[in-house]
Amino acid sequence: MIRVMFVDRQNAPAISARNLTKRFGVVTAVSDLTFDIAVGSVTGLLGGNGAGKTTTIGMIVGLVLPSSGEIKVLGVDMARNRYEALGRMNFESPYVDMPHRLTVRQNLRVFAQLYDVEDADVRIAQLTQDFAMGEFMDRPAGKLSAGQKTRVALAKALINDPQVLLLDEPTASLDPDTADWIRSRLEDYRRKRGATILLASHNMSEVERLCDRVLMLKGGALVDDGAPGALVERYGRANLEEVFLDVARGQAKAISA
Amino acid sequence: MMEFSFSRTGAMVRRYIYLLRSSWPRLLELIYWPAVQMITWGFLQSFIAGQSGAAGMTGRLALVGGTLIGALLLWDTMFRCQLGFSISFLEEMWSRNIGNLLMSPLRPLEFVAALMTMSIIRLIIGIVPVTFLALWFFGYNLWSLGFALVAFFINLVMTSWAIGLVVAGLVLRNGMGAEALAWSILFFFMPFTCVYYPVSVLPGWLQDFAWCLPPTYVFEGLRAATVDHVFRADLMLEALAINLVAMAAATWAFLRLIDSARNSGALLQMGE
Repeated sequence: MIRVMFVDRQNAPAISARNLTKRFGVVTAVSDLTFDIAVGSVTGLLGGNGAGKTTTIGMIVGLVLPSSGEIKVLGVDMARNRYEALGRMNFESPYVDMPHRLTVRQNLRVFAQLYDVEDADVRIAQLTQDFAMGEFMDRPAGKLSAGQKTRVALAKALINDPQVLLLDEPTASLDPDTADWIRSRLEDYRRKRGATILLASHNMSEVERLCDRVLMLKGGALVDDGAPGALVERYGRANLEEVFLDVARGQAKAISA
Repeated sequence: MMEFSFSRTGAMVRRYIYLLRSSWPRLLELIYWPAVQMITWGFLQSFIAGQSGAAGMTGRLALVGGTLIGALLLWDTMFRCQLGFSISFLEEMWSRNIGNLLMSPLRPLEFVAALMTMSIIRLIIGIVPVTFLALWFFGYNLWSLGFALVAFFINLVMTSWAIGLVVAGLVLRNGMGAEALAWSILFFFMPFTCVYYPVSVLPGWLQDFAWCLPPTYVFEGLRAATVDHVFRADLMLEALAINLVAMAAATWAFLRLIDSARNSGALLQMGE
């Protein structure tokens, strides 16, 4: 029998995982993850190496098919219909580059067209100003410094004014000054756009500054979930880094549930 | 219903044009090997023609010897077209840009359409000047084949795309370990497609295999056009039918290999 239902996409969470599991052969990379990420929030995805962060992000963008469970972004089932959502989201990762021989301007033009951005030149000019890229817009992307490359990668990530932004270690390998500047730009974007940001990072001070909420993964499973301040208090620690170390080393004992 | 955007395909073509414009060695490489090969085989053809004349040979052997440059140019058309498809795809792997594309709204078939377009553009840059070089150096006019050349071209391009699709799918599924296939896979078929000799040279059981390969029909068609001055429409239609099946099978394999890569997590590892 066919069940009739109406899905309220307007008020759906920006990202919703239900019993999300991914197995690679005998290895379970992600185990039974269930969470909702509210529209307009900034959520940190924390965990040590091999905790399942990258696989979870892979399933969120539809690059990895879940073994079981469900992942939805903006109400769209990413395993089946990911192209309905991909135009409204974007991502940035230090593990992905842009074509080295193309200039920054050429790269942004190509991505603007791929994301079907209206008035691409206006959008590129705006991003050039926001990320202070004017002096190297006509330089090949492969000849930029690490800080300049990060700015360009973020400009690409914002080219389509995404509702959902996935960031994988956005300030890795940056000096503290540049990293701080990048965080300010992200805060500005979130405030102006009301965008939802999911951030995977190993930088705990960054997570404490940017995130409203933290999902802590270990061995592919969700081991804790809460606001950074609440987690610090719950574990009786001085800061989030100490909480992270406790969880990663299996020494975590929350004071109260 | 599967959506197709010419604009997104155009974005990818634009990306490859930017790349070609930025790199003169890439442009030079497009024309370098076809030119060197054509000159080498052209001299061999001149030598054979001279020896045949000196020995008073006016038979079929001398005529078949006279098809060497044409066969080479057509083989290179197929090889360069497949390389144009595969190298454009590999550029994304080499520059670690494939993750950006796979997480963008670009559909697989839009990406494929851009790769096909680029294979033709690269082919035009690489092969067309060499055909004029053949005319200037050796008096061989490939364009005199007229309509037959169009039929040969369509069939060879379709074969090259089918192979390019399978190679791209294998690279996505198995990583850069499969990269070498882009340069080598077509040469596996070279002895059986009878580029420089008639199919009748092969043992009987291999002839059956040879007739399963569309390029075999093209090279037999070339010999018929050059030696017998006959356009074998039957051969071209049979080649086209096999090519349509090959293209459908290759597209299916490409899409299944992407699904398999999504299942195995291979696409994620490429981003890293």
